[in-house]
Amino acid sequence: MNTTPTPAASPASHLLVALLAGALFGFGLALSTMVQPEVVLSFLRFQDFGLALVMGGGVAVALLGLQLAPRLRGRALLGQPFQTHAAAWDRDTQLGAALFGIGWGLCGVCPGPAIAGLGTGNWALLWALAGIALGALAQGWRADRGHPAR
Amino acid sequence: MDVSLLFPLGWQHYLIGGLCIGAAVALLYLFTGWIGGMSSVFSSTWSYLVQRPYFQQPRYTGTRVWRLVYAAGLVLGAGVWWLFWGEGEALTTGVPVWQLLIGGFLVGYGARLGNGCTSGHGICGLGSLKKPSLYAVLTFMATAFITANLVAWVYA
Repeated sequence: MNTTPTPAASPASHLLVALLAGALFGFGLALSTMVQPEVVLSFLRFQDFGLALVMGGGVAVALLGLQLAPRLRGRALLGQPFQTHAAAWDRDTQLGAALFGIGWGLCGVCPGPAIAGLGTGNWALLWALAGIALGALAQGWRADRGHPAR
Repeated sequence: MDVSLLFPLGWQHYLIGGLCIGAAVALLYLFTGWIGGMSSVFSSTWSYLVQRPYFQQPRYTGTRVWRLVYAAGLVLGAGVWWLFWGEGEALTTGVPVWQLLIGGFLVGYGARLGNGCTSGHGICGLGSLKKPSLYAVLTFMATAFITANLVAWVYA
């Protein structure tokens, strides 16, 4: 029995934008050396404050886009409604953020660089990628046990 | 004040890289209306293989195609940088495998439980002016600072 809801098909134009935006994102991660765990860890150890500039620059431009776009237009350029970022400061988010930080401080790799880093031939990051994938699997598995109806 | 104290490797590449990342999120949103955090791709891709209800939620099954394409773009973009600006050899890391694997596991578990990572809460959440994302960023920055320094202290 297949109870999977049929996903809304995304036209090729949307996927092309996703590919190009992803490429720009990955280029930024590589240029800013965020794909190198050592650079991330040196920020977390107060030796190089570069990550703050990456984050600051990223937030500044994202803020501009995410705030202006829905004010200027009712729908996205390709015709879909603008999604909103759902966020609540509940126990799951608190615990999740704390665990995420512990893991990030341990390995210096977060989801974006784990994926983008493969483009620089850094195969050791496959270990981090595997860890992240397994962590995401464990989280979803556990969520089902806690909330079977979810 | 001497800038090289804060940025011993220079600062321009950090700022320009950050601007690229922000522009990527902004452009994706402007054209498609999608919010391009990165950690969701892990849950949405599991939805192809795992039939449990959590993974079969529309927020995963309905976004898994574009999220995978977005992730492929990430590899592509980093590859372009490597081809044209890299030093000709593959990058490596000296971080031990156990740290990558266990750290990665906590990153994956925590990001999905907390519904966001450095890009989801950091870039997209702060860009959406969401207070919960600000608290999440402050929380993971704090635990990451503590962990990274603890690990450095243990190795020393």
